[in-house]
Amino acid sequence: MDLSSINPILLVASIMVSATPILLAAIGEMVVEKAGVLNLGVEGMMITGAVVAFAVAVNTGSPILGFAFGAFGAAALSLTFGVLTQILLSNQVATGLGLTLVGLGLSSLIGKPYEGVKAPSLPRLDIPVLSDLPVLGRMIFSHDIMVYLSLLLVVAVWAFLKYTRGGLILRAVGESHDSAHALGYKVVRVRLLAILFGGACAGMGGAYLSLVRVPQWTEGVTAGAGWIALAIVVFASWRAGRVAVGAYLFGGITVLQLNLQAAGAAVPVALLSASPYVITILVLVFISARGMHGAPASLGRPFHASS
Amino acid sequence: MKRRTLLASAAFAASLGTAAFAQDPTKACFVYVGPIGDGGWTYQHHQGALALKEEYGDKVEIAWQESVPEGSDAERVLTQMALSGCNIIFTTSFGYMDATNAVAAKFPDIKFEHSTGYKREHPNVSTYNARFYEGRAVVGHIAGKMTKTNKIGYIGSFPIPEVIMGINSYFHHAKMANPDVELVVTWAYTWFDPAKEADAARAMLDQGVDVITAHTDSTAPLAEIGKEDGNAWGFGQASDMAAFMTNDDGTPGPRVASIIDEWSPYYIKRVGALMDGTYEQIDSWAGMPEGEVVIGEMNDAIPDDVKAEAQELIDAISSGEYHPFTGPINRQDGTPWLAEGETAEDGTLLGMDFYIEGIKGEIPQ
Amino acid sequence: MIKLEKRPQPSRLWTVLAPLLAVLLTMVVGGALFWFLGANPFEAIRTIFWDPLFDPQFAPFSRPQLLVKAGPLILIAIGLSIGFRAGIWNIGAEGQYIMGAICGAGAGLALYPSDSVLVFPLMILCGALGGWAWAMIPAILKTRFGTNEILVSLMLVYVAENILASMSSGLLRNPEGMGFPGSRNFKQWEAAHNAELIPNTGMHWGVVFAFICVIGVYVMLTRHIQGFNIRLTGDAPKAARFAGVSPARVVFLCLGLAGALAGLAGLFEVSGPAGQITIDFNSGYGFTAIIVAFLGRLNPIGILLAGLLMALTYIGGELAQLMLGVPGASIQLFQGMLLFFLLGVDVFTNFRIRLTKPELA
Repeated sequence: MDLSSINPILLVASIMVSATPILLAAIGEMVVEKAGVLNLGVEGMMITGAVVAFAVAVNTGSPILGFAFGAFGAAALSLTFGVLTQILLSNQVATGLGLTLVGLGLSSLIGKPYEGVKAPSLPRLDIPVLSDLPVLGRMIFSHDIMVYLSLLLVVAVWAFLKYTRGGLILRAVGESHDSAHALGYKVVRVRLLAILFGGACAGMGGAYLSLVRVPQWTEGVTAGAGWIALAIVVFASWRAGRVAVGAYLFGGITVLQLNLQAAGAAVPVALLSASPYVITILVLVFISARGMHGAPASLGRPFHASS
Repeated sequence: MKRRTLLASAAFAASLGTAAFAQDPTKACFVYVGPIGDGGWTYQHHQGALALKEEYGDKVEIAWQESVPEGSDAERVLTQMALSGCNIIFTTSFGYMDATNAVAAKFPDIKFEHSTGYKREHPNVSTYNARFYEGRAVVGHIAGKMTKTNKIGYIGSFPIPEVIMGINSYFHHAKMANPDVELVVTWAYTWFDPAKEADAARAMLDQGVDVITAHTDSTAPLAEIGKEDGNAWGFGQASDMAAFMTNDDGTPGPRVASIIDEWSPYYIKRVGALMDGTYEQIDSWAGMPEGEVVIGEMNDAIPDDVKAEAQELIDAISSGEYHPFTGPINRQDGTPWLAEGETAEDGTLLGMDFYIEGIKGEIPQ
Repeated sequence: MIKLEKRPQPSRLWTVLAPLLAVLLTMVVGGALFWFLGANPFEAIRTIFWDPLFDPQFAPFSRPQLLVKAGPLILIAIGLSIGFRAGIWNIGAEGQYIMGAICGAGAGLALYPSDSVLVFPLMILCGALGGWAWAMIPAILKTRFGTNEILVSLMLVYVAENILASMSSGLLRNPEGMGFPGSRNFKQWEAAHNAELIPNTGMHWGVVFAFICVIGVYVMLTRHIQGFNIRLTGDAPKAARFAGVSPARVVFLCLGLAGALAGLAGLFEVSGPAGQITIDFNSGYGFTAIIVAFLGRLNPIGILLAGLLMALTYIGGELAQLMLGVPGASIQLFQGMLLFFLLGVDVFTNFRIRLTKPELA
C-alpha cells in the first residue's frame, strides 16, 4: 500500500467533477420537497435530461444548447408528474415511481440513434489568474463551467429560500398548505413551479453525465444517480448548503474508495458504499431527536382546496 | 403480415407437440442481460445475431429479448421462447446458467446454448465462451511498451476467474515487454456504471497510471483517459469503440487498440450445423484462431515497432503456436505454477483464483 | 372554470369504470407508440393483453406464470397497504424484501445439505423475521425520536442492497460456484426448494401466502377492531387517540406486518422462482409493489387485481418483444403510461368535475 500516491489536490478536483450531477439533481429535488412535494422520479428525469441534452448537443454541436434543452426536456417530463399529483391528486410516491419508468423507457427510445456517438466537448474553463494559483488553482479553479454553475445554483437557492418573498411562500406551502391557502397563496401553482424547477435541475444533472462526466449516450447511463440525489436531500435535512456538502460526501466516498484501491489498500467496498446512507439515517435521527422539524411538514401530502 | 403467418405456423407446430416440424426458417433466439444499446457485451452478441441473419437470409429467423433479469424472470422468458417456436436459444449471460438447464430439460427437441457457463446437464445444452485472455495478452504487450510512468491499470468488474485470468494475462505480457512495469487494479463491482467507471479511471490517472484497460462495458474510461490529452492510453473493450480512435483534430485518440468479442463465427457455425444436421453438444472455448476474439485496428499512437510486435503476437496466438500462459510463470507468492515451456490447462484457467508473481495486492475475498 | 369537487363517498360507478377507461386510454396511446415504432398496433396490444391469457400457444404456460409474477407483488403490496391506510409511509419494502431473502436463505444454507422437513419452515420463519427486523428500524426511530419513516425506510433500501452485494460475493457465495458471486441454487436442494405445489399451476407457497393475506387482511380491515383502529389512525389521528388507540402500537403493527410480508415474499422468491441469492436478484419488486398498492386503492381485492394486471403487462410485454421485435424500452414506457392513466383517471372516483362560473369579486 502506498497512500502517498494519492494526490489530495487531484482528489478534490476529481470529487468536484464526480459530485456535480448528483448535486444538480439534489438541489432541484430539495426545492421540490421544500414545497411539500415528494417526487421519487429523479432518476427518470435525469436520464431524460441526459438523452435530450446529448441529442441536441450532437445535432447542434453546442454543449450549452444541450444543457438548456436537457433541462427543458426533463422539466417537460416533470410536468406530467405535476399535473397528475397536483391537479388530478394522484399519490406522489406511486406517480414518482411511475415517472422513473416512463423516463427510462422514453430515454432509451429517443437515444437509439445516438448510441456510440461521441459528444462535442465542453471546454474546461481556466479562470484567469485564479487557475494559476498553486494548489487551489488546479484543485478548484480549472473545471468546466457547469461545476461552478452548480455551486452558484446552491447559493441562489439558499438566498431565494432565505431572503425572498417567493422563498417564504414556497416554504409556507411546504410546511402547511392549508394555512398557505387560507392566506391566499396559490398552493398548486407554487408546487407546479417547484416541480418544474426540480425537473430542470435533474435534467441538467443528467446532461452533465452524458455530456461531460461520461460523455456518451448509452441506455441506463445514470445508473442510479437519481436515487442518490434523493438520499442527499434527506442527508442535507433540506438545507441548500448541506446539499452541497452531502453531494461532495456521497460522490467523494466513491472517488475515495477507488483511489484507495488504486493505491493498493484493501478496502471494504460494500461497507464504504453503505456508509453514506447509514450516516444519513443518523443525521435524520439526530435532527428529529432534537425536536427540530426534519422534513417539511406537508411533505408528500396531497392538497385539495375544499373551499 | 409475414410475422403473423410465422406466428400461425409456429402455433401449428406447437399444437403438433414438436417444434422440429416448423421446417423453414430455422428460428434462432437470443436472451440478453443488458439493453442492446449498452455498446459493449450485449451489443456485440446482438451484432452476432444480426450477422447470423445476414449470412443465411431467409433460411433463418431471429428473435431476441433484451434486459432480461437473471433472477426469476429468466426461466419464464426462456420457456416463452421455447413455446414460440425457437429451434435454438442462446442465453448470453453467466447468470442464466441454471435457468437454461432447467428449461432445456422441459424441451428436449430445442437446442440451448449458454454463454460463459459450465453446466451441461442435458444433451441439448451446449456452452460457449471466448478466450478473452488472448486479447488481454496483446493489449498487455502494448501497455507495457506504451507506458512512460511504468504504471498500468486494470478496471475489474468482479473478482471472478474470467477477470482474474484477464488481469494475469495482461500483466504477464506487459511485464515481458517491460520488466519495470507495475500493475494497479481497481474493482468497480459493477459491469456497467459509466460514471463509476470514469471515476475509477480518473483515480488511476491521478496516481500516475498512464495505460488502462477496462473489464467493464462502457466507453467512459476511454473518455476520461482522453482528457489527459495524449499522455495516457486505453483500449476498447467488448466492442471496437472506434469513436475514440481519432480525436476531432485528427490526432490519435485515447483508444489505441481494442479487444472485440466477435460472436458471429460461432453463431453462424452452430446454426449452420443445426440446419444441415451435424449439430452436436459441445463445450466451446474458442479465441483468436477461430476469429472470436479480435484485436481492433491499432491507431497511430502506437509506434510502428510496437505495432509490428503486437501483430506478431496476434499471429502467433492465432496460428496456435503460442499460448499466452506459457511457463515459466510463478504464482503471486513465488511458488511455481507453470514450468518452462508448460502451458496452462483450461481447467485451471476457468477456476483461476490467484494472481501471478509480480502483481501487488490481494484478490478481494 | 373547471373545478374538482370532493365526493362525499367514492363513486361506485367510477370505481369500476376508472380502471377500464385507463386501460382503454393506454391501449390507444400505447398503440400509437407501437405504430410509431413500426409494429402493428392492434397486434401489439393483443400480444400484451390477450395472448398471455388466451393464446393457445402461450396461455397454458403464461396463465400460471401470472400468479408466479404477481405473487410477491401482491404479498408485499398487501402489507404496505395497511400502513398506507394508517398514514405510515413505508417505501422501503425493497430493503425488507432483500433482508428477508438474505436471512431466510442464510438460515437454510447454514443447514446445507440437511434434508430435514424442518429446513423450509425455518427458512420461512427467518425470512419473515428478517423483513420484520429491517422494518423495525424505522418503526423504533419513528416512535422513539419522531424520525420520518419514509426517508429512513428508503435509506435502508440502499443499505440492504450493499449488504446483498457483500453477502452474495462473500458469506453466502456458493463454494462450488467457480468463484462467481451468487449462492447455491435452492432448486437443486429439495428440502429448501419452494417448488410448485401442483405442477403447472404456478402455485407455490408464496402465492398461497399471498392469497391467504388478501383474505386475512380483507377480514381484518372490515371485521376486526385492529383494522378499525388502523383506518381511524389514518383518517382521523386525533379521534384515534381519543379512542384509546396507541399511535406507537399502530406504527409497530403496520411496519412490522409490512416488513414481515415483504421478507416472506423475498424468501419465497429466492428459494423458488429466482432460486439463488445473487447481486441483483431483487429486481425492484419492493418498489413495483408500492405502485400495485396504490393501483389497488389500498383495498385487498383491488391489490389482487392490480398485481395480476401488472404481471400481465410484464409477461405480455415479453411476448411482444419476442414476437414483434419491439424494443424492451417501449414496454417500460407502455407500463409507465398505464400507471399514469390509472392514477390520473382515478380522480373521478373521489371527485366530480364541476363547471363553475368565475367568481365575481
